[in-house]
Amino acid sequence: MTHLTTPLGEEVLSLNAGERVTLSGTVYTARDEAHSRMQEQGIPFDPYGAVIYHCGPIVEEGRIVAAGPTTSARMDNLSAFLLNAGVRAFIGKGGMGRGVVVALRGRGVYFAYTGGAAALAASRMRLNGEHFSDLGMAEAVWVIELDRLPLVVGIDAHGGDLFHAVQERARENFAAIFPVQGGRTP
Amino acid sequence: MRSDEPGSRLYTAITEATARALREAAINLPADVVTLIQAAFSRESSPAARGELENILENVRVARENGVPLCQDTGVPVIYVTLPPDHPYNAALFDAVAEGVRQATREVPLRPNIVSPLTRENTGDNTGLGMPLVHTRPGERFTITVLPKGAGSENVSRVVMLLPSQRGDISRVVSETVLIAGGRPCPPVIIGVGIGGTFDGAAALAKEALLEPIDTMDPFERGICATVNKLGIGPMGLGGDTTALAVKVKIAGCHTASLPVAVNIQCWAGRRATVEVVL
Repeated sequence: MTHLTTPLGEEVLSLNAGERVTLSGTVYTARDEAHSRMQEQGIPFDPYGAVIYHCGPIVEEGRIVAAGPTTSARMDNLSAFLLNAGVRAFIGKGGMGRGVVVALRGRGVYFAYTGGAAALAASRMRLNGEHFSDLGMAEAVWVIELDRLPLVVGIDAHGGDLFHAVQERARENFAAIFPVQGGRTP
Repeated sequence: MRSDEPGSRLYTAITEATARALREAAINLPADVVTLIQAAFSRESSPAARGELENILENVRVARENGVPLCQDTGVPVIYVTLPPDHPYNAALFDAVAEGVRQATREVPLRPNIVSPLTRENTGDNTGLGMPLVHTRPGERFTITVLPKGAGSENVSRVVMLLPSQRGDISRVVSETVLIAGGRPCPPVIIGVGIGGTFDGAAALAKEALLEPIDTMDPFERGICATVNKLGIGPMGLGGDTTALAVKVKIAGCHTASLPVAVNIQCWAGRRATVEVVL
């Protein structure tokens, strides 16, 4: 299994969708509100080779208690500026839209982390800072040191999109099991 | 002081039992669910899917060991109370249960998830107008059962009003619901199906089906489960052999002109716990 450490560089360009990796180093949490704020007021950390984690953790007394991923697709239209600034990877769940797949080409990757696996994630994390604390616990940017978080490459830097491929195949399977009788497949 | 007022032994016992059930559910995944995830891991052929199931099992272990919630979405509390024949049914029961929800929210802690549907203002304590939902039913013992329900899987659930002639389409409706949901409900999922009753009754049945142990399925349930797993959506929508761990069906009588079918999707974290109220 490939082991990656931040800041990420060109090594991410050769990863393939479906490949398992572990990631160590610094990641920055950001959800909807933090993305909007960064787009308007600038990025409060060095974005070069940085990794953004789509996550709203439970934090208690300077400690991460639970930190699973949130649905990444909500950030579809708020992500290009981060790649333009040098961000190399996103971590989240559920994949991202075609626009992001295109924007990642030749520049970066999207990692999937297991939805709901919040206790495991927290056990591999150390809290190292906070930006935009006025946005509240779930929406603030938390600076987190990771120790070998297990991930899957969901979208690679050459157009490979595992989520899209799986969903297309599921549609075909559904159509084969339930042939259309004047209806439609969803 | 009346026996059912705040501070009374009965009231406190109900509050304590509710809080204890919520803590248990948030932290410890039921054994039947863990067993089925382990079985799915053993037979999974996709490496990416195996990795996801391995993460889930490791997460279950870490949560138990550290006494922390399995998932940061600790859900909305759905509560089922069984009342024994000699129980003096009283409206204070609902207040005592709500107090248990507040207590668990502070002490576990649970993420405060309940907001006003229109202003989106958070109440901060997981209670609100009409919340928690408390269902009562007759039983042998006085028990509180909690089903904390996460939003990712609840958001992709459906009620479909079929025609009486469409009995053969039930498996299609379930599979279609899972297909539309894709990776969003955090598969492998557990599927509660309510058939019959009314529009609202079918939805309640589908959720009650999620209370059933999932380590056994009847032939009808097994058939639907096998069909869903042919879709290949897999753990987290990354592809794989197991999209659904189990299907559980509950039925009720319905109008001769109706066939309500509800599909309530539950993420892999099939959290539920029952605590007896001891006086």
